[in-house]
Order: sequence, then C-alpha cells, then structure tokens
Amino acid sequence: MVKNTAVNKETEISEETQIKPYTMNFGPQHPAAHGVLRLVLEMDGEVVERADPHIGLLHRGTEKLIEYKTYTQAIPYFDRLDYVSPMNQEHAFALGVEKLLDIEVPERAQYIRVLFSEMTRILNHLLNITTFALDVGAITPALWGFEEREKGMEFYDRVCGARLHSNYFRPGGVRYDMPAGLAEDMYDWADNSVLKVVDDLDSLLTENRIFKQRTVDIGVVSKAQALDWGFTGPMLRGSDVAWDLRKAQPYEVYDKMDFDIPVGKTGDCYARYLIRMEEMRQSAKIMKQCIDAMPEGPVMVDDYKVAPPPRAEMKRSMEALIHHFKLYTEGYHVPAGETYAAVEAPKGEFGVYLVSDGTNKPHRCRIRAPGFAHLQGMDFMSKGHMLADAVSVIGSMDIVFGEIDR
Amino acid sequence: MTTEIIHDLAEYIVEGLKGAVTSYELVGQDIVLTAEKDSIIDVLHFLRDERQCGFKTMIDLFGVDYPDRPERFEVIYNLLSLSENQRLQVKVPLAENESIDSAIDVYSAAGWYEREVWDMYGIYFNNNPDLRRILTDYGFEGHPLRKDFPLTGYVELRYDNELKRVVYEPVELTQDFRRFDFLSPWDGMTDAMLPGDEKAPAEHAPGYDYKETVARVAEKGRKDG
Repeated sequence: MVKNTAVNKETEISEETQIKPYTMNFGPQHPAAHGVLRLVLEMDGEVVERADPHIGLLHRGTEKLIEYKTYTQAIPYFDRLDYVSPMNQEHAFALGVEKLLDIEVPERAQYIRVLFSEMTRILNHLLNITTFALDVGAITPALWGFEEREKGMEFYDRVCGARLHSNYFRPGGVRYDMPAGLAEDMYDWADNSVLKVVDDLDSLLTENRIFKQRTVDIGVVSKAQALDWGFTGPMLRGSDVAWDLRKAQPYEVYDKMDFDIPVGKTGDCYARYLIRMEEMRQSAKIMKQCIDAMPEGPVMVDDYKVAPPPRAEMKRSMEALIHHFKLYTEGYHVPAGETYAAVEAPKGEFGVYLVSDGTNKPHRCRIRAPGFAHLQGMDFMSKGHMLADAVSVIGSMDIVFGEIDR
Repeated sequence: MTTEIIHDLAEYIVEGLKGAVTSYELVGQDIVLTAEKDSIIDVLHFLRDERQCGFKTMIDLFGVDYPDRPERFEVIYNLLSLSENQRLQVKVPLAENESIDSAIDVYSAAGWYEREVWDMYGIYFNNNPDLRRILTDYGFEGHPLRKDFPLTGYVELRYDNELKRVVYEPVELTQDFRRFDFLSPWDGMTDAMLPGDEKAPAEHAPGYDYKETVARVAEKGRKDG
C-alpha cells in the first residue's frame, strides 16, 4: 500500500511538470504575416506569453551591395526596400547625397518630390488599411482600396515608366519632368477619386462593430514605451506624441504647405488606423497645394558633373557626350564625409546614414528602416493578448519585409 | 534651432560628460560626439535623462568598418531628442576583438540593433540577453558587412531534386568577380592627388575651379585670334 501511494504521488508530480507553454509557429507563409515573418509564439492556451519574430528571410544584403555600386546605381535598391512606398526611400538617399555634394535642388523638382511623396503615402496607407481590414475579417475594403491604388500606380507609370520600382528621385532633382496633363489628372485624383474611397473606407470600418472589437484596446503602446522602443511615424503619433519630420525638421517645400498632423490619444491599433485615415486626407490636401503652387523650370540641377546632360545637347556637344559617358560608367565622386538624412516615410522615419570616402561609391550606407524598430516591439505589444489579436497588432504596425530585412 | 543654440547644447553635454566624451563636432545640424567604449552607458544615461538633452529615442545603432584604422570598427548611436528637436550621434571606436556594453537598459530599442551589429560585424555586446543572429540564415558563418567578407559570400544554396532538400555549396563563379575603382584622372569633385599632379603650378592644383580655367583659356584664344 505504501509503495502504491508513492507511485501515485510520483505520477502526479510528473503530470504537473508536464505543463509548459505551447509553442506555435506563425508564418513564414501566412497571409496575415504581411510577407515572410516567422513568428514563434509561446502560448498559454490562446493567450500569447512571448512573441519572438524571426526575421531575415528576405535579407538581400542591400547595404553591402550599395558599397559596391556607384551612387546612381544605388537608387534602385531603395525601391526594393519598402516596395510599397518606393519614392520616399529614394528621397532619403537623394537628400543624403545632396547634403554631401552640397547642391541645391531646383524648386520645381522639390514640388514634384513632395507631390509624389504624398501620393506614395496615400498609396501606402491604402494598402495598409485595407490589408489590415482583411486580416481582421473585412474583404470589401481591400477590393475598393486596391482599385484606387492602381490609379496611383498609373501616375507612377506616367512619370517614370514603372508602376513599382520607380527610380525617379535622383540626387540633384528628379529624372524627368512631369508629362503634359499629368498634373491635372493627379489634381483630379486627389480632389475627387481618392477622397471618395477614403470616405467609403471610413463608412465601412470606422464605426464597424467587428472592426472596433478587433482593434480598440489591442496592442496599446504608452508614450514612454513608444519613445523607448524607437517608434516613429503613425506608431509614435498613435501614442499621443505630436512628432512629424515634415513639421519638425521640414525638408523640401513642406514648410510652405498647409496641413495638419493627426495625433492619437489611446495608442491602440484603432488609434493608428484613425491616424492613417486622416493622413490620407491631409496628403491629398498637400498634393493639391503642390500642383497649385508648382513653378515652371528645370527639374534637375544644372551641373553635368552630377546630372546627365539633355539628349539634344549630346548630339551637338562633345563635352556633353563625355559627361554623359563618365556619369554612367564612373558616376560622380562624392566628397568625403558623413551625413544622416531622414524623411517622414509613410511608415515612420526612414533614414540613410552615408559615409563617403571621396570615391564614386559609398564607404557605408546605413539604412534606418522604421519597420525594424516597430517589429521589435511585437513582443511587448502582443503579450497577454489572444492569438487573433497578434494579427491585429501586426496589421496596425504596417510592416513590409523589404525594409525590415534589407 | 540656430547653430548657436546647438553649440551651447553641445558644450553643455561635453561639460557634463567630462572625461567620457573626448570631442564634439557639428555635422550639418547634428551633434557628433566621440566617446570611449567603457563609458558609453554613462554617456547614454546622461543624454537620455538630463533635462536639457532629452534624447529619449534611439533612432539607430549600427557599425562601420574601417579596415585601415588601428581601431577597426566604429559603433554609431543615432539619437533623437523630441523636446529639443535635435539629432545626436555618438561614435565609439572599437578594435577587432573588443566588446562593448549593451545599451539595452537605457534604450529598449537597442536590443535588435545590437543583434544586427553582432550579426553583421561580429562586435560583441556584453549583457545583451538575446544576442542571436538576426538577419542572416540559421547556421550562417561569418560577418557579412565586414570589408574583408566577399560580396558574393562563401556559400550558395540550391534545391537538390535527389535529396529533396535545399543544399549548401561553395560559391562557384563562372567569371571572377571584378571590381573597377574608376579612380581616374578625371577626378570630378574630389581633391585626389594623382601621380604627376605635384608638377602642376599652384593654380592647377586639384580642386581648382575648372570653369574659371576654361573661361581663361577661351579668353586667351579670343585674344590670339
């Protein structure tokens, strides 16, 4: 008898020690992972105890590759980082190189840059909000939003010949001037078309009971946490911090624009959604102002050591031909020095830290991607939430793996 | 902020961190400090907690490799102060086998950034609780952003139809990797001294205003008819 109880006791203990958190793999092939995120979740029942994102599945060594490329050849790599907002990233790189070269961009090019940066912001938010809604169960917004996105892509196509990888912002200005009629069409799009869709999304989602159940009070980030974790963009503004580089450290012609920065109060997924909605409206407003105020003039600096000469001139001038040849083989040499240039990309602060050693290739090109810092916060944001809420958190972070993995 | 205010702030920081920070400079609008590796945590604490600084956000942390320097690596902390609207970079030089203390207790954001620096450069951060590789493949060897790591890497992978799995193989290049440095006499914007340049008279020294010279030659040509 005595022996038997001992055995029983032993089995009881061993049963107890068997209880351990259930580990689950989320991704890397999961539609709600927004790319190739492998999320290792330690679960207690359906509650997330620890989230460990494994990233790098889309790592292509962009920073290393850029060290082996001339400054001109480096630009297309920026399209391929956050492939949802290519132009904003080219912008950061162009600003950095311009700082080192100490050149001033013509005014018309500055307006074009702001115009396209803001359009890109709308396209980015359209993608994010609609796929976010898709993740939490709403299909219609994705269908409506993507149609509108496609129209924006057409503007990309018309201005630079590519729908996605634009390679349009170059150090010194933009590659081409806008073709005739594009400004009018873009104005019309910003004035009518896109706002209608934003309003439609608004009516579908903002007061939607299911959407609010899935987002309100989910993934709350306090002000201190947002700063501590290096959050920027809507992630920071959602936590009641009024910070936007377009206002705080205006670049290009943002200081001439009249627009507001929406700030959230609650720091949850719903606040971030609302901010993105309002940002789209503000961006449309900036686009219209840009088109109204856009002056005539050149779109590239008048320095053939940096910018290629016009075709027509190359047919007549030997000098121009030589410049063109040298630019597209050797590229231009950038004076030695270091600089950090950042823009307010749709996802947050996108920065480029350039170390130049005076040759035609950067010694180091550090890319600061906002999504990297945001995804790092995944653990504390999803802790204590249900598994389904982790999906909401990912959706509201607006992550794209091109920029996180680089 | 005007340059004077930035200078005042920089001087205040250097004063407050006497001994830890060796120098500061202004690059554009940014303050750039150079610090010793042993005191980096004190420096970051000061920058974050001092009321006049308020560098509460770590925007970035990354490494740079300078193979020619005796202290080969440089770790750069890129901080942002929302209250002062000011950026600041702290540079810490490090030799190849040196480690540095983790900043994770000061800025939570440092965790992944340090993992990335470890992954890319092999710089070890003491007391980082989770210093695994982050961007490279599981089981990767080497530190790819070091200048002596080849661009092509050492291994390539392909799917083997017989083994029914992905296999790693040493990289085989059908043509040797070529790298042109283009450091030609057409030295565009640099002040490079090229062989023979020392013979040129001073007004032809590197960096001279070529437009002015072109104008002068044209003028001479006109005079000569």
